[in-house]
Amino acid sequence: MAEITTREAINQALHEELERDEKIILLGEDVGLYEGSFKVSKGLYAAFGEQRVIDTPIAEAGIIGMACGAAMGGLRPIAEIMTVNFAIVAMDQIVNHVAKIHYMFGGQLQVPLVIRAPGGGGNQLGAQHSHSLEGLFMHFPGIRVVCPSFPADAKGLLKTAIRSADPVLFLEHEELYGVKGDVPDGELLIPLGVADIKRAGRDVTLIALSKMVYTCLEAAEQLAAEGIDAEVLDLRGLNPLDMAAVIESVGRTRRAITVEESWLTGGWGGEIAARIMETCFDVLDAPVLRVAAADVSAPYNKQLEQLAIPHAEDVVTRVKELF
Amino acid sequence: MLPIDDGLKLEIAELLQMYRDMVLLREFEESCPKLYSQGKMGGFLHLYSGEEAVGVGASHAMQDGDYMISAYREHGHIIARGADPKVIMAELFGKATGISRGKGGSMHLASAELNFMGGYGIVGGHLPLAVGLGYAAKYQQTGQVVVCLFGDGATNQGVFHEAMNMAALYHVPVIFICENNGYGIGTSVERASSVTELYKKSCAYETPGNRVDGMNVLAVYQLVREAIARAREGGGPSYIEAATYRFRGHSISDPGNYRSPQEKKIWQERDPIPKLGKYLQQHKGVAPAQLETILAEELQRVAAAIEFAEASPEPAADQLMTDIYVEG
Repeated sequence: MAEITTREAINQALHEELERDEKIILLGEDVGLYEGSFKVSKGLYAAFGEQRVIDTPIAEAGIIGMACGAAMGGLRPIAEIMTVNFAIVAMDQIVNHVAKIHYMFGGQLQVPLVIRAPGGGGNQLGAQHSHSLEGLFMHFPGIRVVCPSFPADAKGLLKTAIRSADPVLFLEHEELYGVKGDVPDGELLIPLGVADIKRAGRDVTLIALSKMVYTCLEAAEQLAAEGIDAEVLDLRGLNPLDMAAVIESVGRTRRAITVEESWLTGGWGGEIAARIMETCFDVLDAPVLRVAAADVSAPYNKQLEQLAIPHAEDVVTRVKELF
Repeated sequence: MLPIDDGLKLEIAELLQMYRDMVLLREFEESCPKLYSQGKMGGFLHLYSGEEAVGVGASHAMQDGDYMISAYREHGHIIARGADPKVIMAELFGKATGISRGKGGSMHLASAELNFMGGYGIVGGHLPLAVGLGYAAKYQQTGQVVVCLFGDGATNQGVFHEAMNMAALYHVPVIFICENNGYGIGTSVERASSVTELYKKSCAYETPGNRVDGMNVLAVYQLVREAIARAREGGGPSYIEAATYRFRGHSISDPGNYRSPQEKKIWQERDPIPKLGKYLQQHKGVAPAQLETILAEELQRVAAAIEFAEASPEPAADQLMTDIYVEG
């Protein structure tokens, strides 16, 4: 066990997998010589060379399409989109090609592709560089959506994603790259679609992923001081969606709140809330509530931006409404 | 007359097979409108009639195992690669026996067995995929090449240029073939592209661009064969504009009234099938009866394909939610 950053954990996963299987290639803008704009691919270009760690032009649709074709041709590509905001440029490739190829050709072709993309707000990057798009991608059948929080999750989930026969969107959070945590030494594989209880509690289930897991853990500490014992359930991804874990937790706590960094309207919180009510309405002692970002493009001004993003205090306020 | 390069030295059997393939493609397509109007098929139906020389010429220049990837006017392409017309017709009928198990339809035909990597419905969207297939072939040193077909409209899309740039940058064995039939649905090339000589569009990427008579199967064959040889020897990508014409509208619902009768007549006179037939008779001593026999046999194959599609079962309801993911 070693305490390392999320950045190091992801780098370890990439390094180990590139070492394990020559069919794995990494491609993206500045992933090679520059070692990644967030330095996630540090050392990989030097270790594996330009045929396997491929610097691409700034052409997101081209990157994803090329990675998709390479996957269909027998490779196992990992495409990095510098930030998830630019994935919108490649939306046709992701949605119309990557996600649909297995189904629309009757299962004949496979796309074993991982698309890594960091995102998230809070850095005063303004309207076009602050997205969290996991809820959007959850909407499309055919592509897995994984969103790690702890460094160990990032490593174990990424290694599993790389070995998956299906396309996986692996959404990292820019704010978490420097966050440290314990990561077991040696091989670490975490199955996709298995939620993880990051803090056990009796009174309310806080359902989150990625950076909002930390926000919920902070909220849980504040709530504990007020006598409310919150459980923090880390979904670790949205597709596959571990509703069994959600229902099991809510069955015990009888209260639930979804906490997401992206916009409230059309977000994944609404989907989870609806499913809870469809499957276990009778166990609820209170309505399922949602905490999410304000329905507004990210403003540049620091105070305004912080107002738009959920914080522990917002979670605490809403939890208290349930009692 | 065909500007035939005698240096091609094609066996008569291969020439006859080209003729047969074009006849099959034509008769397959010409059987579709009636079936569509009878409600046997749904959705879009983009027919290939008139453009056969491109698909057949290109396919004959390829080897088994080479990749082909195409857009949504691809019935002819996949049949030219060797797909059984029965499973293609069954797919158009949406049947369980269809090549994409009834889930793809006219625009989404693929064959893993034949390395036909799909027909795609977003204009230009599959061009970057061709680059990736080429990268995989090059990286794994399989010796395969990729033939990527698309229409003139695709050359105005952003991904055309991204794919052209990346293909040249990574020096992949991809042959881009633009089937320029003069129209993106109802808008002519002249009204949609600032450069109307579309073969020039690869020059920005220093990728050789050439134009070929897309109504002449031997001319297409020759140029594609050269491009493939170059790609297989590590010479990188090529780009070919094949000037052709669709004898029908953009899709089954398009009467094509934006094209003048005179224009249609000029292109009809350049029909690639009688053109090759005439060449075979005049220069290769093929008897008219032999060509008639080929037509009769291919009409029989199309009839058998329709019969197969008619008799095939619909996909079971439990097939709705299969093939979404490989794992779980």
